[in-house]
Amino acid sequence: MSRSPQPDAPRTSPPGPRDAVVVGGNRIPFARAGRKYADASNQELLTAAIEGLVARFGLQGERLGEVAGGAVLKHSRDFNLVRECVLGSSLSPQTPAYDVQQACATGLEAAIAVTNKIRLGQIDSGIAGGTDTISDAPIAVSEGLRHVLLEATHAKTLQGRLKALAKLRPADLKPLTPVTDEPRTGLSMGEHQAITTARWGITRQAQDDVALASHRHLARAWDEGFFDDLVTPFHGLTRDDNLRPDTSSEKLAALAPVFGKALAGTAEPTMTAGNSTPLTDGASAVLLASREWAQEHDLPVLARFVDAETAAVDFVHGHEGLLMAPVHAVPRLLARNGLTVDDIDFFEIHEAFASTVLTTLAAWEDDEYCRTELGLDGAFGKVDRARINVNGSSLAAGHPFAATGGRILATAAKLVAQRAASTGEPVRALISVCAAGGLGATALIESA
Amino acid sequence: MTDAYTRAVNTGLTKALATRLGLPRPALLRRFEAGAPLTVGPVLLLADAASAASADALEGVLAGWGVEVARSGGGAPAGGVEDSGSGRGLDASTPAEGLDPAQTTPVRWGAILLVLTESGRPSDVSDAVLAAGPALKRLAPHGRVVTVSRAHAPGDAPALAAVRQGVDGFLRSVAKELRAGATGNGIVLADGAAVDNPSAQAALRFFLSARSAYVDGQLLTVSTGAAADAPGPEYWARPLEGRVAVVTGAARGIGAAIARTLARDGATVVCVDVPAAGEGLARTANAVRGTALQVDVTAPDAGARILEHARGRHGRLDIVVHNAGITRDKLLANMDAARWDSVVAVNVEAQLRINEALLAAAAAGDVDGLRIVSLASTSGIAGNRGQTNYAFTKAGVMGHTAATAALLAPHGGTANAVAPGFIETEMTQHIPFATRQVARRLSSLLQGGEPVDVAEAIAFLASPLAAGISGQTLRVCGQNMVGR
Repeated sequence: MSRSPQPDAPRTSPPGPRDAVVVGGNRIPFARAGRKYADASNQELLTAAIEGLVARFGLQGERLGEVAGGAVLKHSRDFNLVRECVLGSSLSPQTPAYDVQQACATGLEAAIAVTNKIRLGQIDSGIAGGTDTISDAPIAVSEGLRHVLLEATHAKTLQGRLKALAKLRPADLKPLTPVTDEPRTGLSMGEHQAITTARWGITRQAQDDVALASHRHLARAWDEGFFDDLVTPFHGLTRDDNLRPDTSSEKLAALAPVFGKALAGTAEPTMTAGNSTPLTDGASAVLLASREWAQEHDLPVLARFVDAETAAVDFVHGHEGLLMAPVHAVPRLLARNGLTVDDIDFFEIHEAFASTVLTTLAAWEDDEYCRTELGLDGAFGKVDRARINVNGSSLAAGHPFAATGGRILATAAKLVAQRAASTGEPVRALISVCAAGGLGATALIESA
Repeated sequence: MTDAYTRAVNTGLTKALATRLGLPRPALLRRFEAGAPLTVGPVLLLADAASAASADALEGVLAGWGVEVARSGGGAPAGGVEDSGSGRGLDASTPAEGLDPAQTTPVRWGAILLVLTESGRPSDVSDAVLAAGPALKRLAPHGRVVTVSRAHAPGDAPALAAVRQGVDGFLRSVAKELRAGATGNGIVLADGAAVDNPSAQAALRFFLSARSAYVDGQLLTVSTGAAADAPGPEYWARPLEGRVAVVTGAARGIGAAIARTLARDGATVVCVDVPAAGEGLARTANAVRGTALQVDVTAPDAGARILEHARGRHGRLDIVVHNAGITRDKLLANMDAARWDSVVAVNVEAQLRINEALLAAAAAGDVDGLRIVSLASTSGIAGNRGQTNYAFTKAGVMGHTAATAALLAPHGGTANAVAPGFIETEMTQHIPFATRQVARRLSSLLQGGEPVDVAEAIAFLASPLAAGISGQTLRVCGQNMVGR
């Protein structure tokens, strides 16, 4: 009798794709630049976010599969930022870590990376995080001073060193503060978005409405205790200090425009400090795992991380807006999963500017644009406004670049878990984060 | 932190100066350290004639713990367990001879254990008590005096009631005569409990040990607890092994110390505090390798969330420590509703509501043998000017603890309270300097206690063997002069 291969022969390949789930999240309250976290470094901020997560889920001494994260504005000394944070945390020092950087999409891209490894069976658990501080931003020396210093360092003789230093000019001593201008266009992100805003004819009123809703929704969520298990206070700050629960249409309408003032054309500038995100300090971390790992550790599962799609647009030579990449990514993501906008219960669209949300929605509703730019048969669809950023977003919370992805992912995961618990139906959330460089990262999560 | 004065009179030049001037010298108290001996020296066991058998039983218990025992006083010499092969009872005034002939310096007693359980009337105890007198002069620094007696009950003969209640006044007075970090406490057996029942053993061990450093002049009533096996050394090393405990107000101060102490004793600790205190809470939770649960104890669903977290994440719930508390001091004449109501909400109503959820869970069989320990205060016993709201709630805690104990008893659970006196915390650092100094010195130990002293008492009451101790309020006050 012939024998079939041993059923319990040792595997030589890793297990196939499996579910990656969101266990929970933690962030520190976001602080306006130069205020409560003025003395804290990126490393301190992210370590605090990780420590809060460790405390919430009892991960002390735990060896996780990996911790991935990063910062957009980063000191060169922080070349191993996330690993240093792990070493300074209560996690096992045997937990590997690496830095990710994809501008404002850093946090979400980190989550995509970690969940992919979990789904492939390479790891069972991981943390995706991000941090940014404007208050402690790196300041660089001028190119002239840098060249002189490098040449002097490399010189072998005292004479050579002096010769190099003699090249120094007073103008070289002026420090370079970090800028968020696009290197290829020289335009700030706000100026770029002002072009897009004007192109889509987004009104000042509509933008202010988005800002007002963001503040009101976030304030309500705080008051309801939604963030009780999503945020751990830091440096005495217990709530996002950019949040203005008492703001009003009148107050927002009274603000002077800051972007698009020099824009050629007839459009009135519409983008103000009220409907644009402020510079912010903060950090976030999300615990991701396989279902089995979560179960073995008696941990809850908020949502399944279903799929993700990143996109990029040609804003340099092409005519697409800088922050329009998610507009391209989302139809691809939903099509791959056989879904339409109507199948999504919660839309988390990062409010880089109020008009980012509005231009995204306008583009998806535009037949011509969707045909020519997105290659669809017609308009992608109309998103129910009541499903967008229901617990506020970056306009109210603030936007510490790399920390925003983690904030949104944890919020969305808790929203779907809550809704699913009350309705018993599957619930889906879509996350969309635009980023500098014409980048965008999007993700789909579903109730576990 | 030991206060500056206590440090000064115990170190260097200032110590010499304080001694010359005859200044009061509060001792640097001996506190628990893993691996340190239970007592600082041998135990002198004294008993009246009628209580000799009880003394025998306790001698066996002490010997089992590896503690050297010497017998003297009104009772017969030791029957079963002999010390150091000397084969005879020791005379209290010359302990060195009997205990260790090779020893050149006189032995100092680590503790004097006075067993008066079976005394019938006041005149019975003379010999034993008078033997304790000279022995006190040989009580080592950080030594212990522990009385073991019985509670009087309605229907007792007047003479019996007199001697039993008499021990109370005797113990409290002896405690006030002790110096150098020595303390006196009493075990009062109720309902005919055996002198060596597991709960009495746990209480005896607590009072003898450094864990009770700041408990002084207290008498604890002990009944027969749920049947338990004779505990071995592994139990005493980690009495809370495998237990899951919840500590409210764990972000800092006494709550953080409770979390650390329960974890040291083996418990997995769920650290609870208001979301705004999350930073300190995370620090505590990570230090004790527990979990942080940010929840306001005054929330209507706080009890449900605590139960869900403990059972869902850790599989069980054994211990709940109601430590969260606030002060909003004001003379009653100036008291406003916000001050009164917030103190009532946090300090007592929250405990009541959470206990309702716990009792329901106990009735449903979801928790078994639950230990509830609540923070009361000496302010609730003696009263404190400017603290009508606080004292109202803290006295209320003692009241509901006694009532809850009765409700938990059918489910094998206990409810007790701990009433701290002056404890050195961030909160008490804000008391004006002079008031703070007076508050510290107005106790037999002449100093404030440390948060860990409160925590040790809680860990003891929360331990499995403390099953026979319920409905009690144990003071941790260094025998503060106010109140009982």
